[in-house]
Amino acid sequence: MRALLVLLLAGGLFFHAVAALGVLRMPDFYTRLHAVGKAETLGVVLTLLALAIWAGPTLTAAKVGFVAVFILLANPTSTHAIGRAALRTGFKPWRREPGDEP
Amino acid sequence: MTPATLFLAMALALLGLVLVYVYRIAFGPTVFDRILGLSGFGTKTTLVLMLMGALYDRLDMFVDISLAYALLSFVGSLAAARYFERSREHG
Repeated sequence: MRALLVLLLAGGLFFHAVAALGVLRMPDFYTRLHAVGKAETLGVVLTLLALAIWAGPTLTAAKVGFVAVFILLANPTSTHAIGRAALRTGFKPWRREPGDEP
Repeated sequence: MTPATLFLAMALALLGLVLVYVYRIAFGPTVFDRILGLSGFGTKTTLVLMLMGALYDRLDMFVDISLAYALLSFVGSLAAARYFERSREHG
């Protein structure tokens, strides 16, 4: 069981680190939205799965699973809403200019 | 390594990664960057609360707190996105 916990937590930490890297380094708002919407959701779900396995077959584990499902639904929804709001406000998505660094 | 050590290490690592989102909230060029950082910050806070509950061996209590926090953070980011969609100022 401990190996499974280590595996799940390490996977969650990896995806959280990827999301943080994307938020820090991506060139514009829409690409940062992409990092948070996908990588972070997967990291959260993996971490909560580790917690649910640690809690054993109890009501608490069911609640942890419910939080995981809720975040799985809510995080992409909120990033989609923010992206739509930005698009309607009039932000143009980033394009590479000819003189930019590749 | 016991599971408690693992959870402590994970919580500390998440607290380190949250600094990136704090940077985005503080210096994000547009207001939507700030909302995005706040949304990610709320997600991370939910996780850290849950890991704290596992550390204190009171996960049954902390899971309710973090569920309420996740709900509030979700509604908050939706409301903020709606609000700033109306105004045309990209502060």
